Amino acid sequence: MSAIIDVSGVSKSFGGVKANTDISLTVEKGGITGLIGPNGSGKTTLFNSIVGYHPIDGGSIKFEGQEISKMLVPEIARLGLLRTFQQTRIYGEMNCVENMLISLPHRKLSLRDAFKQNTAEDSEKAIHLLDFVGLFEKRFLQAGSLSFGQQKLLEFAMALMNEPTVLLLDEPTAGINPTLINGLIDRLRRANTEFGITLFIIEHNMRVIMNMADTIYCLAHGQMLASGKPEDIQDDQRVIDAYLGAH
Amino acid sequence: MSRNHLFYAVLLAATIAAPFLFPSYTAFLATLWLFIIVALTWDMTGGQMGYNSLGNIFFYGTGMYAGAVIAIGLYFPVGEWTDASRTEVLTVTGGQYYMGMLLGIPGAGLFCGLCAYLIGPLFFGLRGPYFAIGTLGLAIAAGEIVSNIEWLGGGQGISMPHSPLHPDFEKVLIYFLYAGLGVVLFVFLKWLYSTRFGAAINAIRDDEEKAEAMGIHTLRYKTLTWAISAVFVGMAGAISAFQLIHFEPLETAYQTINLGIFMVVCVLLGGKGTLWGPVVGAILFHVFKEVTWNYFLGGQWVALGLLIVVIVVFFQDGLMGYLKHIRPDWFGIRVDEKEADA
Repeated sequence: MSAIIDVSGVSKSFGGVKANTDISLTVEKGGITGLIGPNGSGKTTLFNSIVGYHPIDGGSIKFEGQEISKMLVPEIARLGLLRTFQQTRIYGEMNCVENMLISLPHRKLSLRDAFKQNTAEDSEKAIHLLDFVGLFEKRFLQAGSLSFGQQKLLEFAMALMNEPTVLLLDEPTAGINPTLINGLIDRLRRANTEFGITLFIIEHNMRVIMNMADTIYCLAHGQMLASGKPEDIQDDQRVIDAYLGAH
Repeated sequence: MSRNHLFYAVLLAATIAAPFLFPSYTAFLATLWLFIIVALTWDMTGGQMGYNSLGNIFFYGTGMYAGAVIAIGLYFPVGEWTDASRTEVLTVTGGQYYMGMLLGIPGAGLFCGLCAYLIGPLFFGLRGPYFAIGTLGLAIAAGEIVSNIEWLGGGQGISMPHSPLHPDFEKVLIYFLYAGLGVVLFVFLKWLYSTRFGAAINAIRDDEEKAEAMGIHTLRYKTLTWAISAVFVGMAGAISAFQLIHFEPLETAYQTINLGIFMVVCVLLGGKGTLWGPVVGAILFHVFKEVTWNYFLGGQWVALGLLIVVIVVFFQDGLMGYLKHIRPDWFGIRVDEKEADA
């Protein structure tokens, strides 16, 4: 396996707060990589840096060998590097199917395609994916009226609709009914194996991330604390200290 | 489906027959179509895309001037035509008048579209209220600038070539120009909103950051939408120029406080972000305006202000939004259970 995202020496500060200091990590193509750390440790900042949400202070970020740290959000998204948000972001006034259809991969559409109607296959795919995440019954409801957990599932389905190469998920299980989490883990796995999407996941739920990830990175106070296989991370005293507040 | 077709056929027939059935209301109906056009185009950015522009009147005024310059410039140097001190009488023949109309109206539309396309990237850096104020500034500044250009007649304004038609027939011609443009616009928007383009601008309205994160070409779509709406407003402006015969920059062409606000009120009244909302709103508003302007003269601005306050406080979603709220199933919002065996 080769690295599809290569982050090296990335730093980012907001005023006097050093959110990320000299972070280096790689995401393996075709795998599931986890990113954990206590609240405020800089996980979402790192995600934002990767997808071009804000300029970084130093370091380099490469996607498929291409430097992307100077590129804008839509440009990076069109390369096939997509993210979901911690606070869900869906198009509230449209129904679920419309939300799905607008998520068609625009990098594969020319301007002429934009002036065409969606085809029957597009709708079929949208409904199939809504069924995949368990929102089939709600497909004609306005997305804004769904619960937080359902919006999270919708956002995940929208991301799949976009056919990304890499999907960055910011806390996919937060706010989801615990009984549904096993189903979600299964779907995330299938997205990885069946659709061949490389996943890079921020997650607080240890049971989830330890079950899924091949490699886990742990951040604390904006610095890389530890990295390795889930078993190693679980036993790492520094990680346990960070979570229990020994720092 | 056939019921729908029948509905549209009846509407179209009514549109064609109206000036002959109610000849004394031809001017009233022509203005109604103007309102429908500006409301529908305002809703493209304001309702469908979430960018509330207060400066679309810029394209109306620019369309008037562009139409005038083309219609006059085809046969005379514009500076000579507008020179107030000239003594000789310049007139155009009937053929020249219609040629000016034929080229002036689409020409004005294209010119306004080009303007929007060029200034769009500048203004779409602004969001929310800043976009509204920025565009308002554009319209006000344009009015002041034009009123200082002697070549365009300055603050005195500019006179159009005289129509060879009898005023009664001219009225009907103007009505059909507006109505034709309005019908074309409505059909065009009905199609546009059904395409991926329509969905993309709706996505920008609902969450622009998300749309960007999903890789949608947001700036391209925003600029194109504004440019398309500018084409239609510009053409409507050029028709107005032919209708008014003489117009001046501040009160007529770049009339920010009149038509510039009316178009927003029409859309708010009918319901933002719907195809029918602006049309219904324009009709309601036009009737309201005619009634107050005729029977409460002197108090009409108070009545208008009151109307705006009532809409903004009690009916933020307009008439269509209210219907959507009480009858969601009419708009296809429903829980759809899976088949039992699926």
